[in-house]
Amino acid sequence: MNVTRRGDAASKNSNDMNLAELQKKLITAARADARGDHVPYAFEKRVTALLASRVPPHSLDAWVIGLWRAAVSCIGVALVCGIFALCTSASTGGTNDDLSQNLDNTLLASVDQSDQAQ
Amino acid sequence: MERTEAELIAAVLKGDAASFEPLVQKYSPRVFATARRYARRESEVEDIAQEVWLKAFEKLGTFRGEAPFEHWLMRMTVRTCYDFLRGHQRNREASFSDLSDMETDWLERFAAAPETAGEEAEAAKLLIGRIMERLSPQARLIITLMEIEDRSVKEIAQLTGWSAPLVKVRAFRARSEMKKILAKIAKEKYL
Repeated sequence: MNVTRRGDAASKNSNDMNLAELQKKLITAARADARGDHVPYAFEKRVTALLASRVPPHSLDAWVIGLWRAAVSCIGVALVCGIFALCTSASTGGTNDDLSQNLDNTLLASVDQSDQAQ
Repeated sequence: MERTEAELIAAVLKGDAASFEPLVQKYSPRVFATARRYARRESEVEDIAQEVWLKAFEKLGTFRGEAPFEHWLMRMTVRTCYDFLRGHQRNREASFSDLSDMETDWLERFAAAPETAGEEAEAAKLLIGRIMERLSPQARLIITLMEIEDRSVKEIAQLTGWSAPLVKVRAFRARSEMKKILAKIAKEKYL
Protein backbone atom coordinates (compact mmCIF):
# COMPACT_ATOMS: atom_id res chain seq x y z
CA MET A 1 0.00 0.00 0.00
CA ASN A 2 1.25 3.41 -0.86
CA VAL A 3 1.54 5.85 1.98
CA THR A 4 2.25 8.94 0.00
CA ARG A 5 0.34 10.86 -2.58
CA ARG A 6 2.50 9.85 -5.51
CA GLY A 7 2.09 6.14 -5.28
CA ASP A 8 4.48 4.58 -7.73
CA ALA A 9 7.32 6.84 -6.93
CA ALA A 10 6.84 6.82 -3.21
CA SER A 11 6.68 3.09 -2.78
CA LYS A 12 10.24 2.67 -3.97
CA ASN A 13 11.45 5.71 -1.99
CA SER A 14 11.78 4.42 1.51
CA ASN A 15 15.23 2.95 1.42
CA ASP A 16 16.22 3.78 -2.10
CA MET A 17 16.37 7.53 -1.64
CA ASN A 18 19.83 8.64 -2.55
CA LEU A 19 20.75 10.54 0.59
CA ALA A 20 24.13 11.65 -0.73
CA GLU A 21 22.48 13.13 -3.80
CA LEU A 22 19.78 14.72 -1.64
CA GLN A 23 22.43 16.28 0.59
CA LYS A 24 24.26 17.60 -2.45
CA LYS A 25 21.10 19.15 -3.87
CA LEU A 26 20.17 20.76 -0.58
CA ILE A 27 23.66 22.19 -0.11
CA THR A 28 23.45 23.65 -3.61
CA ALA A 29 20.08 25.12 -2.67
CA ALA A 30 21.62 26.68 0.44
CA ARG A 31 24.42 28.18 -1.65
CA ALA A 32 21.87 29.70 -3.98
CA ASP A 33 19.91 31.12 -1.06
CA ALA A 34 21.73 34.41 -0.69
CA ARG A 35 20.10 36.22 2.22
CA GLY A 36 21.63 39.56 1.30
CA ASP A 37 23.97 41.92 3.07
CA HIS A 38 21.69 44.90 3.62
CA VAL A 39 22.21 46.86 6.80
CA PRO A 40 19.35 48.49 8.74
CA TYR A 41 19.07 52.23 8.39
CA ALA A 42 21.50 54.22 10.58
CA PHE A 43 22.86 51.05 12.16
CA GLU A 44 26.35 52.58 12.47
CA LYS A 45 24.88 55.61 14.28
CA ARG A 46 23.17 53.31 16.74
CA VAL A 47 26.37 51.38 17.41
CA THR A 48 28.37 54.57 17.88
CA ALA A 49 25.77 55.98 20.28
CA LEU A 50 25.81 52.72 22.23
CA LEU A 51 29.60 52.79 22.40
CA ALA A 52 29.66 56.41 23.52
CA SER A 53 27.40 55.55 26.44
CA ARG A 54 29.68 52.65 27.36
CA VAL A 55 33.08 54.31 27.02
CA PRO A 56 34.83 54.05 30.40
CA PRO A 57 36.17 57.30 31.88
CA HIS A 58 39.83 58.10 31.32
CA SER A 59 42.10 56.32 33.82
CA LEU A 60 43.34 59.64 35.30
CA ASP A 61 39.76 60.79 35.76
CA ALA A 62 39.00 57.58 37.58
CA TRP A 63 41.94 58.22 39.94
CA VAL A 64 40.82 61.80 40.60
CA ILE A 65 37.27 60.67 41.32
CA GLY A 66 38.52 57.90 43.61
CA LEU A 67 40.86 60.18 45.53
CA TRP A 68 38.17 62.82 45.99
CA ARG A 69 35.81 60.21 47.38
CA ALA A 70 38.52 58.96 49.75
CA ALA A 71 39.31 62.52 50.88
CA VAL A 72 35.66 63.29 51.60
CA SER A 73 35.33 60.04 53.56
CA CYS A 74 38.46 60.86 55.60
CA ILE A 75 37.17 64.35 56.42
CA GLY A 76 33.86 62.84 57.50
CA VAL A 77 35.55 60.30 59.79
CA ALA A 78 37.82 63.04 61.25
CA LEU A 79 34.81 65.26 61.97
CA VAL A 80 32.91 62.44 63.67
CA CYS A 81 35.94 61.55 65.82
CA GLY A 82 36.53 65.22 66.70
CA ILE A 83 32.92 65.72 67.75
CA PHE A 84 33.00 62.52 69.78
CA ALA A 85 36.22 63.59 71.55
CA LEU A 86 34.83 67.01 72.35
CA CYS A 87 31.60 65.56 73.68
CA THR A 88 33.33 62.99 75.90
CA SER A 89 35.78 65.55 77.32
CA ALA A 90 32.93 67.94 78.07
CA SER A 91 30.89 65.25 79.81
CA THR A 92 33.75 63.83 81.90
CA GLY A 93 34.92 67.33 83.03
CA GLY A 94 38.02 67.24 85.33
CA THR A 95 38.90 63.60 84.99
CA ASN A 96 41.41 64.42 82.23
CA ASP A 97 44.26 64.72 84.75
CA ASP A 98 43.41 61.35 86.27
CA LEU A 99 43.39 59.75 82.88
CA SER A 100 46.76 61.15 81.95
CA GLN A 101 48.15 60.15 85.33
CA ASN A 102 46.80 56.63 84.89
CA LEU A 103 48.37 56.42 81.44
CA ASP A 104 51.74 57.56 82.84
CA ASN A 105 51.54 55.03 85.68
CA THR A 106 50.73 52.20 83.27
CA LEU A 107 53.47 53.05 80.82
CA LEU A 108 56.07 53.58 83.49
CA ALA A 109 55.00 50.67 85.69
CA SER A 110 57.91 48.48 84.65
CA VAL A 111 60.45 51.29 85.31
CA ASP A 112 58.94 51.92 88.77
CA GLN A 113 59.10 48.21 89.61
CA SER A 114 62.78 47.96 88.65
CA ASP A 115 63.55 51.09 90.77
CA GLN A 116 61.80 49.61 93.77
CA ALA A 117 63.67 46.34 93.40
CA GLN A 118 67.02 48.17 93.55
CA MET B 1 40.62 63.83 3.23
CA GLU B 2 39.49 60.31 3.93
CA ARG B 3 41.40 58.63 6.71
CA THR B 4 42.89 55.18 6.30
CA GLU B 5 41.76 52.19 8.34
CA ALA B 6 44.96 52.24 10.38
CA GLU B 7 44.44 55.93 11.20
CA LEU B 8 40.85 55.31 12.23
CA ILE B 9 41.86 52.41 14.48
CA ALA B 10 44.65 54.48 16.04
CA ALA B 11 42.18 57.31 16.72
CA VAL B 12 39.71 54.93 18.35
CA LEU B 13 42.46 53.50 20.53
CA LYS B 14 43.32 57.04 21.65
CA GLY B 15 39.74 57.47 22.85
CA ASP B 16 37.96 58.94 19.82
CA ALA B 17 34.94 56.62 19.67
CA ALA B 18 33.46 58.56 16.73
CA SER B 19 36.26 57.28 14.50
CA PHE B 20 34.77 53.82 14.87
CA GLU B 21 31.72 54.80 12.83
CA PRO B 22 33.35 54.65 9.36
CA LEU B 23 34.60 51.14 10.18
CA VAL B 24 31.09 50.06 11.22
CA GLN B 25 29.69 51.56 8.04
CA LYS B 26 32.23 49.86 5.80
CA TYR B 27 32.14 46.35 7.22
CA SER B 28 28.56 45.98 8.46
CA PRO B 29 27.30 44.46 5.16
CA ARG B 30 29.76 41.56 5.59
CA VAL B 31 28.86 41.13 9.25
CA PHE B 32 25.14 41.08 8.42
CA ALA B 33 25.58 38.67 5.51
CA THR B 34 27.43 36.24 7.79
CA ALA B 35 24.97 36.61 10.65
CA ARG B 36 22.06 35.86 8.29
CA ARG B 37 23.55 32.43 7.64
CA TYR B 38 23.04 31.50 11.29
CA ALA B 39 19.98 33.42 12.42
CA ARG B 40 16.63 33.51 10.71
CA ARG B 41 14.87 36.40 12.41
CA GLU B 42 16.05 39.87 11.48
CA SER B 43 16.01 40.97 15.14
CA GLU B 44 18.44 38.15 15.97
CA VAL B 45 20.66 39.10 13.04
CA GLU B 46 20.77 42.67 14.29
CA ASP B 47 21.60 41.53 17.83
CA ILE B 48 24.50 39.45 16.52
CA ALA B 49 25.85 42.33 14.42
CA GLN B 50 25.61 44.71 17.37
CA GLU B 51 27.36 42.21 19.62
CA VAL B 52 30.15 41.82 17.03
CA TRP B 53 30.76 45.56 16.91
CA LEU B 54 30.71 45.98 20.67
CA LYS B 55 33.23 43.17 21.02
CA ALA B 56 35.35 44.62 18.23
CA PHE B 57 35.42 47.97 19.99
CA GLU B 58 36.31 46.45 23.35
CA LYS B 59 39.03 44.22 21.90
CA LEU B 60 40.42 46.65 19.35
CA GLY B 61 43.57 46.92 21.46
CA THR B 62 44.34 43.28 20.63
CA PHE B 63 44.31 43.99 16.88
CA ARG B 64 47.97 44.07 15.92
CA GLY B 65 47.54 45.15 12.32
CA GLU B 66 49.53 42.23 10.91
CA ALA B 67 46.48 40.89 9.03
CA PRO B 68 43.72 43.03 7.48
CA PHE B 69 41.14 44.39 9.89
CA GLU B 70 38.43 42.58 7.91
CA HIS B 71 39.95 39.15 8.70
CA TRP B 72 40.14 39.98 12.39
CA LEU B 73 36.55 41.20 12.33
CA MET B 74 35.27 38.12 10.46
CA ARG B 75 36.90 35.85 13.05
CA MET B 76 35.01 37.74 15.70
CA THR B 77 31.80 37.53 13.66
CA VAL B 78 32.02 33.78 13.17
CA ARG B 79 32.77 33.21 16.85
CA THR B 80 29.86 35.44 17.87
CA CYS B 81 27.56 33.51 15.52
CA TYR B 82 28.78 30.25 17.06
CA ASP B 83 28.06 31.59 20.54
CA PHE B 84 24.62 32.59 19.31
CA LEU B 85 23.97 29.06 17.99
CA ARG B 86 25.07 27.54 21.28
CA GLY B 87 22.86 29.91 23.23
CA HIS B 88 19.80 29.40 21.01
CA GLN B 89 19.60 25.67 20.54
CA ARG B 90 15.97 25.18 19.66
CA ASN B 91 14.04 21.96 19.65
CA ARG B 92 16.45 19.94 17.54
CA GLU B 93 14.63 16.68 18.16
CA ALA B 94 11.38 17.82 16.58
CA SER B 95 9.98 15.56 13.89
CA PHE B 96 9.60 16.47 10.25
CA SER B 97 5.89 15.77 10.19
CA ASP B 98 5.26 19.51 9.93
CA LEU B 99 6.85 19.87 6.50
CA SER B 100 4.83 22.09 4.19
CA ASP B 101 3.13 20.66 1.10
CA MET B 102 5.68 22.43 -1.03
CA GLU B 103 8.57 20.73 0.79
CA THR B 104 6.86 17.34 0.75
CA ASP B 105 6.21 17.68 -2.98
CA TRP B 106 9.81 18.56 -3.61
CA LEU B 107 10.99 15.56 -1.62
CA GLU B 108 8.63 13.28 -3.46
CA ARG B 109 9.77 14.65 -6.77
CA PHE B 110 13.35 14.05 -5.73
CA ALA B 111 12.58 10.51 -4.59
CA ALA B 112 10.86 9.71 -7.87
CA ALA B 113 13.43 11.30 -10.13
CA PRO B 114 16.23 13.31 -8.50
CA GLU B 115 16.97 15.31 -11.63
CA THR B 116 13.46 16.81 -11.65
CA ALA B 117 13.84 18.37 -8.22
CA GLY B 118 15.63 21.64 -8.84
CA GLU B 119 18.04 23.15 -6.35
CA GLU B 120 16.69 26.61 -7.09
CA ALA B 121 13.23 25.70 -5.83
CA GLU B 122 11.96 27.61 -2.82
CA ALA B 123 11.03 24.29 -1.21
CA ALA B 124 14.64 23.10 -1.30
CA LYS B 125 15.76 26.31 0.40
CA LEU B 126 13.12 25.93 3.09
CA LEU B 127 14.06 22.31 3.63
CA ILE B 128 17.77 22.96 4.00
CA GLY B 129 16.90 25.76 6.44
CA ARG B 130 14.95 23.31 8.56
CA ILE B 131 17.73 20.73 8.44
CA MET B 132 20.35 23.30 9.44
CA GLU B 133 18.24 24.22 12.45
CA ARG B 134 18.23 20.58 13.54
CA LEU B 135 22.03 20.34 13.43
CA SER B 136 24.18 20.85 16.50
CA PRO B 137 25.90 24.26 16.67
CA GLN B 138 29.28 22.74 15.77
CA ALA B 139 27.86 20.81 12.84
CA ARG B 140 25.93 23.81 11.58
CA LEU B 141 28.98 26.04 11.74
CA ILE B 142 31.16 23.53 9.90
CA ILE B 143 28.56 22.74 7.23
CA THR B 144 27.98 26.44 6.64
CA LEU B 145 31.65 27.30 6.39
CA MET B 146 32.85 24.24 4.52
CA GLU B 147 29.95 23.20 2.31
CA ILE B 148 27.93 26.35 1.77
CA GLU B 149 30.66 29.00 1.84
CA ASP B 150 33.19 26.58 0.36
CA ARG B 151 36.03 27.50 2.70
CA SER B 152 39.17 25.44 3.18
CA VAL B 153 40.09 23.63 6.38
CA LYS B 154 42.85 26.18 6.99
CA GLU B 155 40.46 29.11 6.64
CA ILE B 156 37.93 27.47 8.96
CA ALA B 157 40.66 26.80 11.50
CA GLN B 158 41.61 30.48 11.43
CA LEU B 159 38.03 31.66 11.68
CA THR B 160 36.98 29.36 14.48
CA GLY B 161 40.24 29.10 16.41
CA TRP B 162 40.08 25.28 16.17
CA SER B 163 43.07 23.26 15.01
CA ALA B 164 43.03 21.89 11.44
CA PRO B 165 42.73 18.23 12.57
CA LEU B 166 39.85 19.22 14.85
CA VAL B 167 38.11 20.95 11.94
CA LYS B 168 38.45 17.74 9.87
CA VAL B 169 37.06 15.59 12.67
CA ARG B 170 34.18 17.96 13.25
CA ALA B 171 33.47 18.16 9.51
CA PHE B 172 33.26 14.37 9.35
CA ARG B 173 30.90 14.31 12.30
CA ALA B 174 28.83 17.16 10.85
CA ARG B 175 28.35 15.35 7.55
CA SER B 176 27.26 12.17 9.27
CA GLU B 177 24.92 14.19 11.53
CA MET B 178 23.37 15.72 8.44
CA LYS B 179 23.02 12.33 6.78
CA LYS B 180 21.24 11.01 9.87
CA ILE B 181 18.76 13.88 9.68
CA LEU B 182 18.16 13.24 5.99
CA ALA B 183 17.66 9.55 6.72
CA LYS B 184 15.18 10.51 9.42
CA ILE B 185 13.23 12.61 6.94
CA ALA B 186 13.21 9.76 4.44
CA LYS B 187 12.06 7.35 7.12
CA GLU B 188 9.35 9.63 8.50
CA LYS B 189 8.01 10.48 5.09
CA TYR B 190 8.22 7.18 3.32
CA LEU B 191 8.06 4.38 5.88
